[in-house]
Amino acid sequence: MLNNFLAEFAPLLIQGTVDTLVMVFASTAVAYVIGTVLGVILHLTAPGGLRPVPALNAVLGWVVNIGRSLPFIILLIALMPATQALVGTSTGVVGVIPPLVVATAPFVARMVEQSLAEVSRDAVEAAEACGASVPRIVFSALLPEALPSIVRGVAVTLIAVLGYTAIAGAVGAGGLGDIAIRYGYYRYEDEAMIVTVVLLVVLVQLIQSVCNAIARKVDHR
Amino acid sequence: MISIKHVYKTYDGGAEALSDINLEIADGDIFGIIGMSGAGKSTLVRTINLLERPTTGVIEVDGRDVTALSGEELRAYRRRVAMIFQNFGLLAQKTVLDNVCFPFLAATGKVTEANRARALELLDRVGLAEKAQSYPSQLSGGQKQRVAIARALACEPEVILCDEATSALDPSSTNTILKLLRDINRETGVTLVVITHSMDVVEKICNNVAVLERGRVVEQGSVAEVFAAPRAEATRVLLGKVDWDA
Repeated sequence: MLNNFLAEFAPLLIQGTVDTLVMVFASTAVAYVIGTVLGVILHLTAPGGLRPVPALNAVLGWVVNIGRSLPFIILLIALMPATQALVGTSTGVVGVIPPLVVATAPFVARMVEQSLAEVSRDAVEAAEACGASVPRIVFSALLPEALPSIVRGVAVTLIAVLGYTAIAGAVGAGGLGDIAIRYGYYRYEDEAMIVTVVLLVVLVQLIQSVCNAIARKVDHR
Repeated sequence: MISIKHVYKTYDGGAEALSDINLEIADGDIFGIIGMSGAGKSTLVRTINLLERPTTGVIEVDGRDVTALSGEELRAYRRRVAMIFQNFGLLAQKTVLDNVCFPFLAATGKVTEANRARALELLDRVGLAEKAQSYPSQLSGGQKQRVAIARALACEPEVILCDEATSALDPSSTNTILKLLRDINRETGVTLVVITHSMDVVEKICNNVAVLERGRVVEQGSVAEVFAAPRAEATRVLLGKVDWDA
């Protein structure tokens, strides 16, 4: 029975896992490029920051909040024309990466902002008193000091994105979420449903453990 | 020579942290600024390297007004005026050596082999050469402050501002740090501005002292004079010459 199941589903599940990993890691990577820049700007321009610009900070804060308040499924559908124009398709693994990035970047911005806020003010002030410029402080003091916290944030983000990809499965994105819905839900294939859920649980555990290990490795406090 | 002339600092909302401060700090001096918590000592010392900008007034260093400096000029000035802090201000994720090299990085964007050799010499001077590859979390408070002193010396400053540099340390580490600062002053002629709430610190290393109370200088002079005949009430309290149980 197990053999029959594996024969039928193994290629599908392997493909689904690969698709899920591609969606999760590609969109998180792009979201971190955008989100880190936004997070640094939010941190620097905040009142009491190294370069306070209250107007810019407020506007950017609103944009980030709006990005975070849209339900992902709505965002996904609303962005379809833009996604189509950008990557040539609005379905499948590739078609879901742009909306994933748009949904994740504001989340990352807040995670990075929070990690930067945890950096000791004394250390930043000391760097300033050494005559370091703001870019120098950002790259040589703030970001390296915040790195362990940022890595822990990466785990939270990857797992949140993994959840989004399962939602994206509902509109034909591919991946494990897609399999759970098509086989497990629509076709009442309980085994397929259980195996997909188990795979998702394993992925979450793996992501968390690996990120924790990296965070411990880079943290010298 | 640092001349502080009619410096006021008023925060948004009207709180006056400094009021008409006038001080002259000679080259090579060890100048104490003492006062109770909230007297404005930290604000005052931060106006000298412009971590805080005075609301009005002038700070002249060697005859040049520095309060208007910005950008690269300000950063170059800050390299001449190093600072050490109560909580050390070390970067926790960098080794001791990299912390001492930070001012070179700040100045030029890179750390050369010569810079590293110089940083090692400075670590040796403060007695921590063997800790170069350690991280700050592996050091005691007194050792962290010695690293901060090595970092302060990296750019061969003319002035070192010491903001409550020994307030977080036990008496033995305090003595080590004070002796180190005094010896460095003698060896290099660097001017020290020492902020403290402890008369003990002033008595041990300072030549001149100003007493700050509620943002004003209420007494100043040589340490010998001020200790022998304190005039201001705040000075007498700091000297412990009032009946504490009255």
